[in-house]
Amino acid sequence: MGEFKVHRVRFFDYMPTGIRCMAFNSKTERLALARQDGTVEIFNFSDNYFQEKVIPGNDTRSIETVCWVGERLFTAGLNGEITEYDLVNLRPKYSMDAFGGPIWTLACNAQGTRIAVGCEDGSVKVFEVLEEKINFEKNLDRQKGRVVSLSWHSSGTQIAAGMLDMIRIFDVQSGRAVQRMLVDRGTTATHRRECVVWSVVFLSDRTVVSGDSAGKVQVWDGSMGILVKTHLVSKWDILCLSVSQDETSLVAGTSEGTVVQFQFISATLGEGDKEWVRTRTFKHHTHDVRAVLELQRSIVSGGLDTQLVVRPLLDKVDVKSYDTALRKIHFPHRSLVSCAEQAGLLLFQFPAHLELWRLGESDSHGCPGDRLPVKRKPEKLLQLKRKGEEHISCSALSRCGGWLAYSSVSSVRLFRLDCHSNHLSIVKISRLPKVLSSAHQLCFSADSSKLFAASSHATVHVISLSQSECKYVHTFKPVSGCTESVHLLAPSADGAWLATANRACEIHVYNLHKLKPHCTVPVYGSCPSAMAIHPTTNNLLMVHADHQIFEFSIAERRYTDWSRKLQREGLHPLWIGRDTPITQVNFNPHKPTHFLLQDMYMFCVIDQSLPLPDRTTQFYNQLTLRSLSEEERQSRTHAFKICKKFQPLLSMHTLEDGALVMVERPLLDITTQLPAPVRQKKFAT
Amino acid sequence: MAALYEGFTLCGLVSGQNFPETCVQGVERGNDTDHVLVTDSGRSVTVYKVSDQKPLGSWTVKQGQTLTCPAVRNNQTGEYVVVTDNKVIRVWKDEDINFDKVFKATVSAEIVRVHAVCDSEPVVLFSRGAVRLLDSLLAAPQQPIEDVVSEEEVIRWSSSIVDGKQLVVLFSTEQKGNHFLYLQRFSPNSIQKYKLETEGTADHPISFSASVKDSNINLLYLYSNGCVYQSMVQRHRALGEALQSLPRSLLLSLPVGEGHLASAALLSLDEAHVAVVGVPHPSAGAGKDYLCIWNTNFQTLQAGKEMTGRIFGQLWGYAGKLYVPHGKSLTVIPYEVQRSSLATALGKLKQSGTEGAPVLSWSSLLHGDVAQPQRAVRGVETRKSKISRKSQATSVLTVDQVLERITTAPEEEVQREVEMYLATAAPPGLQLTVGRVASQLVARSQSEPTFYPHSALVQLVHTHCLCHSVCPDLLMVALERKDYFLTQLCLQHFPDIPEAVTCACLKAFISVPDGELEEVSVELDSVAFMESLVSGSSREEGLRNGFSPVPQEEDSCDARIAASGPEKAPGWQTCEPTCPVGLKKGALLNEILQTAYSENFLLPHLKDLTAQQVILFLQYLNFLYLKCSQDDSSQKSGLRSPTITQIMDWVGLLLDAHFTVLVMVPEAKELLSHLHKFVKSQVKLFSELGKIQGSLQELHKVKPSEDVGQYSIEVIELF
Repeated sequence: MGEFKVHRVRFFDYMPTGIRCMAFNSKTERLALARQDGTVEIFNFSDNYFQEKVIPGNDTRSIETVCWVGERLFTAGLNGEITEYDLVNLRPKYSMDAFGGPIWTLACNAQGTRIAVGCEDGSVKVFEVLEEKINFEKNLDRQKGRVVSLSWHSSGTQIAAGMLDMIRIFDVQSGRAVQRMLVDRGTTATHRRECVVWSVVFLSDRTVVSGDSAGKVQVWDGSMGILVKTHLVSKWDILCLSVSQDETSLVAGTSEGTVVQFQFISATLGEGDKEWVRTRTFKHHTHDVRAVLELQRSIVSGGLDTQLVVRPLLDKVDVKSYDTALRKIHFPHRSLVSCAEQAGLLLFQFPAHLELWRLGESDSHGCPGDRLPVKRKPEKLLQLKRKGEEHISCSALSRCGGWLAYSSVSSVRLFRLDCHSNHLSIVKISRLPKVLSSAHQLCFSADSSKLFAASSHATVHVISLSQSECKYVHTFKPVSGCTESVHLLAPSADGAWLATANRACEIHVYNLHKLKPHCTVPVYGSCPSAMAIHPTTNNLLMVHADHQIFEFSIAERRYTDWSRKLQREGLHPLWIGRDTPITQVNFNPHKPTHFLLQDMYMFCVIDQSLPLPDRTTQFYNQLTLRSLSEEERQSRTHAFKICKKFQPLLSMHTLEDGALVMVERPLLDITTQLPAPVRQKKFAT
Repeated sequence: MAALYEGFTLCGLVSGQNFPETCVQGVERGNDTDHVLVTDSGRSVTVYKVSDQKPLGSWTVKQGQTLTCPAVRNNQTGEYVVVTDNKVIRVWKDEDINFDKVFKATVSAEIVRVHAVCDSEPVVLFSRGAVRLLDSLLAAPQQPIEDVVSEEEVIRWSSSIVDGKQLVVLFSTEQKGNHFLYLQRFSPNSIQKYKLETEGTADHPISFSASVKDSNINLLYLYSNGCVYQSMVQRHRALGEALQSLPRSLLLSLPVGEGHLASAALLSLDEAHVAVVGVPHPSAGAGKDYLCIWNTNFQTLQAGKEMTGRIFGQLWGYAGKLYVPHGKSLTVIPYEVQRSSLATALGKLKQSGTEGAPVLSWSSLLHGDVAQPQRAVRGVETRKSKISRKSQATSVLTVDQVLERITTAPEEEVQREVEMYLATAAPPGLQLTVGRVASQLVARSQSEPTFYPHSALVQLVHTHCLCHSVCPDLLMVALERKDYFLTQLCLQHFPDIPEAVTCACLKAFISVPDGELEEVSVELDSVAFMESLVSGSSREEGLRNGFSPVPQEEDSCDARIAASGPEKAPGWQTCEPTCPVGLKKGALLNEILQTAYSENFLLPHLKDLTAQQVILFLQYLNFLYLKCSQDDSSQKSGLRSPTITQIMDWVGLLLDAHFTVLVMVPEAKELLSHLHKFVKSQVKLFSELGKIQGSLQELHKVKPSEDVGQYSIEVIELF
């Protein structure tokens, strides 16, 4: 099939930040996740856990708590503000100061009409949820000591509040505290320190469950204010609690990295009263589990070790399927790496800066398996710090390496790069067209003459670039009237077409010569995760979050025969069952029938001229083929050539000379940069 | 057996401009065995007194002139001869101070070497292969010199030896990769030419050593591939025959390591031993900086010594000393070569475990000083010893006279006679005569109860020429007379003591009361490692691993055996081992442990021991074993101490011989159970160590995970 020269790149020091809090919207099956740097990510659990949206962080914003109110998303943090987000344009909609000092917690009642926030000054403030805004309604009785956790009773009349050394239950109507439950400080060693009730859950039978810094999960009778049961779970803090919707199961996340499940069952089967019994312990984290969710069929947890873990509960019972597999999400489902294929440059996107690297060179040739001597080492040409407090949301590098653009929530910056041998000059283009205020995605045309910027309300601006000026050309709007933002842009190599994909799963193709919409690809139910236009055939190749592959002929406005054949014969189950979405589509410049796909654990060359694998064929067959003779190989080979040598992969690119660039980021490198966990696993303990 | 002793530097070397590859042109014999003549690569000749490491005289040619061959000493006239600038022969004496004013003669052809052989005239070898006696050449310096070898032939090596009474000059030549050997004989003059075989072009002879053996010339030569060949050159061979290859036999194949030998040299030490320098030590990696002595009969390495710095492939040997230029110095290394025996070859000889020199006790021989450590005076003879030897050599008696005196003369006189005889006797015949003298002495002391010449016997044993088979009764007599010192010496020096005698000695040693040994002087080297015993309680170093030796009175040792009550019953682990025998007894027993034996012959004799003796001996062996395994670090090499293997062999033998008896004896019960426990724990330990070794071995098989680093360019192939 072929040899590839691979630039194995490990110098992208991508470092995700720890997960701070999570909220799940069971109606839309969306998980909102806030990280410590203020980034909010939205995962679509109904679409293969695809990371649908990312709202870039901001240095001034810290998020302590996140909450869905219907389909609206609110966060609050230590800056004392409550923020609602514009989930279409992926930016904060407005922020409101609660005037109670830093906010530790925010909770919405079951009806979705009121929000309560717990503040540093000891007050619980109730806000009324109106359309487009929230209004301050009242303060509940102010207490001494901060309010760390809140939980509404399902009736909406009472709120349980976890504070230092105690839990209070407030009557919302009167604002009075009706119960006061003192939490024991625990063992003598921790006796001097106050016990922080990190999390409370108010169940509909007026049971209150609390998790505290002494490592206890306690069950209280909220109506009488008495302690029912204490489970000593950990030597360290219980940081978060989550109860299932039917209130039969409850999970607690600890500082040790464990997640402990409790279930409301009777001690002997079918007899006696039910009680909360500690049942299972999961250990998927090395550090604090800061957020945990009990989702009936799975437990979702996240913490300081930056990974999001989805732990299905029926893994041992069900037949093995996509839904019963343990899932760990480490990397973003979008590319943070741009590549100048002509110039051999790589652009790495960090929240606060960009790094431009030139790849190394080797003039020798080798046999497969060889590592070639590196004649010129890779070189970091540029480190570009962003301006302001907003994190970089997207970046792009032109194919020739002459242009660089990046965008934050409120501004776009464009730079002209001039790289001659060892000298690099960078010029900021100062006067950008006014329309270019922010971008969800940036992309340069293949000849570097145009910049495409996906802007608000699903529009795409076309800017023409030249040495002297940059000029606004046109704005494309989707004919469907959809306003969801565009997250993928794919220009064709000949400069005639531009394909856009938005988060409503729509893919539009625009004619760049006529500056008109050309056609719309039939909408498929899963979000496109990667797409590209073939440089010679101008077929649009799309891969969706559920791993389906489509090839659409732009000229003929129809799916190609190969795509139909693929749909007819179906993809191999092992392909469908893959864990991480495809984040990159590339083409082999020397072989028009080849295209390359990449996810976190593999990259794959698909040869359209070869037969497709059916259910019975061995799917991962590279090792077998290697051992076979040339003739036998012919009979056993199939279109999917999967290579798992390089992993975990952040990105893959094809250079103009056909060499591949694999950007790896070993998870160990991420782990080593984390702070030390509270409890080290010792030998035989 | 052969051994290399601690060497010393004779002189430093300066690399010359003319001979960058060799730093010494030659080391030649001086006026006696202690003088050598060193010609350096530049312009000077120096006479050294070796034992003093002192130059006695030095002569340097003028700037611009060079010495082109090593200076030699004409033993007939006491003159030195050297060649300068290839054609000028200089002859001078010790008294000549100004080197420029000495006798000079310019000859008509270029000279390669001047050779001097012990008792004959020096010979001059010309570069075209002609040979002249020095006298005849100096008589007519400008005489025409004929060409023996062709233009292209280059003389690589030359030597001269005396074969019978005939002087022979040997030289090898090279011509376009072919190697030839020429033998030039005098009176009548004849020349023989042989071709030296080479397997490949790469293999060529690099070093030669010639000696006379059974009136044939025995030539050893080393090839660059490490092979040592031997050729016997017949004396009488008709001239004019076609060029023959020299018949040869492969004697040794030395380990070469990688590549070929470039600078290595070989020297024949005696019939069975060769010294080789510049060849890798077989067990020390590929470094070629070793001086080794090999036994050619058994192809065994006898001794080795690392030479630091560059080796020049030069090696000379005179009078028991090897001269090796290496690095920046010329080192003199005394060596000793003993006649090889079957016992040594089989390795069943004492001291087989410790690689070191056989024990010479010069000091005890000369001064009767037993306590003095041996190492200090080993090897080089001290000046003192020679003086004392000279002073004794006043009246020289023949063997027969001595033997006659022995039968009649009083003890003191006999002692003196023997001493004097030994001081003057020449080594070659010593072996025979010493045996006769010893037998005579023993015979007389057997018949005459009052006669026992202790010191004479000790001296005889120290000559190293005595062995048990030469004088079978000596050991028994010594034992009868309770001369434990002599017994110990015999055990040390005799390689061929029969097992029955060994057993008799053992029995005697065990049963002798410690008190009786108080007075006797016994060599305590073999118990030196048991520090706690030697130094008593005055052990000042810090305790190791909580080990604290219990000071023990020698006499109370035996008491412990009797009092093996329940309160003293704790296992060997808890109970600090105490020596069940006295120090001197221990030393004697250690000597037994180190004698060579064969199990089959020893076992029946061991059965003669009584149960009590066996128990005591076992206790001692047990104690020794614990000591050895505890203090392994203090077991210095070279000290005569029994090895763990020897101890264990003896324990096994004793138990084999007496197990049924021991089982029945109540006192042995505790000891047996200790031994059992100890062996069990050792077996366990070793099995654990084996497992660890195995698992560590597995680590080698584990492929190290590929270190990718930050960036690499790789080639992959998809199918």
